Amino acid sequence: MLKEGQIRIPSGCAISGVIDLEGGGVCGEEMIRSISVMHDRSNGLGGGFAGYGIYPQYKNLYAFHVFYEDQSAREECEKFLDRHFDIVNLSKIPTRKHPRITDAPLLWRYFLTPLATKLSHSQLDEREYVVRCVTRVNTRMKGAHIFSSGKNMGVFKAVGFPEDVGEFFRLEEYEGYAWTAHGRYPTNTPGWWGGAHPFALLDYSVVHNGEISSYDANRRFIEMFGYKCSLLTDTEVITYVIDYLVRREGLSLLEAANVMAAPFWTTIAQQEPERRERLTFLRQAYSSLLMTGPFSILVGFEGGLMALNDRLKLRSMVIGERGSRVCIASEECAIRAISPELDRIWSPKGGEAAIFRCKEEAQCQ
Amino acid sequence: MKIDAHHMDYLLLNQAVRRQTDSEVEIDHCLGQRFIGTGLANKTLVINGVPGNALGAYLDGGRIIVRGNAQDATGDTMNDGEIIIHGSSGDATGYSMRGGLILVKGNAGYRAGIHMKSYGEKSPVLVVGGAAGSFLGEYQAGGLILVLGIGCEDRAPYGYFCGTGMHGGRIVVRSDHIPENLPDQVAASDLTPGELEQIMPHIHRYCETFGIDPQSLLPHRFYVLTPNAKNPYQRLYAMN
Repeated sequence: MLKEGQIRIPSGCAISGVIDLEGGGVCGEEMIRSISVMHDRSNGLGGGFAGYGIYPQYKNLYAFHVFYEDQSAREECEKFLDRHFDIVNLSKIPTRKHPRITDAPLLWRYFLTPLATKLSHSQLDEREYVVRCVTRVNTRMKGAHIFSSGKNMGVFKAVGFPEDVGEFFRLEEYEGYAWTAHGRYPTNTPGWWGGAHPFALLDYSVVHNGEISSYDANRRFIEMFGYKCSLLTDTEVITYVIDYLVRREGLSLLEAANVMAAPFWTTIAQQEPERRERLTFLRQAYSSLLMTGPFSILVGFEGGLMALNDRLKLRSMVIGERGSRVCIASEECAIRAISPELDRIWSPKGGEAAIFRCKEEAQCQ
Repeated sequence: MKIDAHHMDYLLLNQAVRRQTDSEVEIDHCLGQRFIGTGLANKTLVINGVPGNALGAYLDGGRIIVRGNAQDATGDTMNDGEIIIHGSSGDATGYSMRGGLILVKGNAGYRAGIHMKSYGEKSPVLVVGGAAGSFLGEYQAGGLILVLGIGCEDRAPYGYFCGTGMHGGRIVVRSDHIPENLPDQVAASDLTPGELEQIMPHIHRYCETFGIDPQSLLPHRFYVLTPNAKNPYQRLYAMN
């Protein structure tokens, strides 16, 4: 089939997420119910989920989820993984036959940890080492694609409607403290398994509804730092920008949000001096990472979720809160589907990051 | 007549509504179905649950009552009739409205009343009880947007960029606060007693519909935002 760069499809998406701030278990099946209500926002060319806290038995190991086009790609990739990691466990990702999910690649899952000698010789910190290995496979190894590489989290994605994708991956068998979900309506790139959302690097995952018109400016900047935008979709670049700003530059998520959805200069001018100075610095220091065009994104990370709209709020986003549960979705109906009664329902403003974190003691469980 | 919309696709639901011969139709367990009441002209539709986007698009008469919140683009290009929301509404409420009335008990999202217009006898009215988001009345060309600001008396009951691109119609606001950063093409002035008299029926209608004592809202300062004839548009888009 034709992939990104070989075909352009000119043409909405749906996003949904849930987090239990007490760290209580949310079943994957709930996420399927939520996203399925927004069926008409996607067109069957991509669906996916990210679950956090789903691998407690391996929580200290990196969990790689990998697509392989064929056995030889698997053999080559496994040789590479063997050279760089201690593979503690490997298996096929459990799936079930599904009439509407076809042409599946080989789906493998590895729980691994960097080889100590390799890691020390590389003189890199552990997370950078993992990122470089993932980038190497995804850019140099034909037919292999690592689409999930965090600890105690996992991405599940495919071509199809999200509810079918969730059934295919047997998500009812997983429980986590947070989930995100996506129904895709691809606008620029063909629908293939790798191009479905969420996009993930380490424990950061992004689901996105919208279209980043500054994609190429953002891509040119981020590729200077070793990232490779191999999938040519705007969501991929958001994932790398978050990894760059938060992990490498040490910004807080809120600051990263202020870079990506920086307020207008006229708005910055009206702020209190201290805030004005901070916003001015961020906008000037990272001007190439300002994202223009419509977007609403959910960012998953270890211990929490962040919701963010573009500064003009050209996409919808609603947040519902009930007890320790927070649900975030493109439409209120997707929240009511899993939480009919709510204590509070609200919409963040354009460019206003809504960040939810599990209580620390809950994360340690 | 009641329709149970549980697990019903939007197409089937809308067909079921249209087939009804009763003048009043009640929809139960509504959950996100789009386009409810599109082009409807002579029915009363009561919705329990959350209707989907574009509720009452092209509405041409009759009444839609939502016992809860509405999502985005409520009343898109509606021509006549009423939409009454006993909750809040999402983004782009009253999008391109050209006639009729929308009453929102609570708040409205971003871009309420975007591109509202009027012609001849057709003059749409959008009443928001609470606060509206940014870009209120963006590109407004006609009609009346009334924001009562209930519950946010300490600030202007709308966000940034109010009336951007506005070139007709009025935005009337019940508030003591006029933001300093209104677009240059928007002028603010206090409502004259005569103008207040004109909008009183809408305030009374809001209070009657949602059971609110008018005395709790009045007297209060009201001001009106209109296109600034002294400062016409020279450049369509702001500098970033």
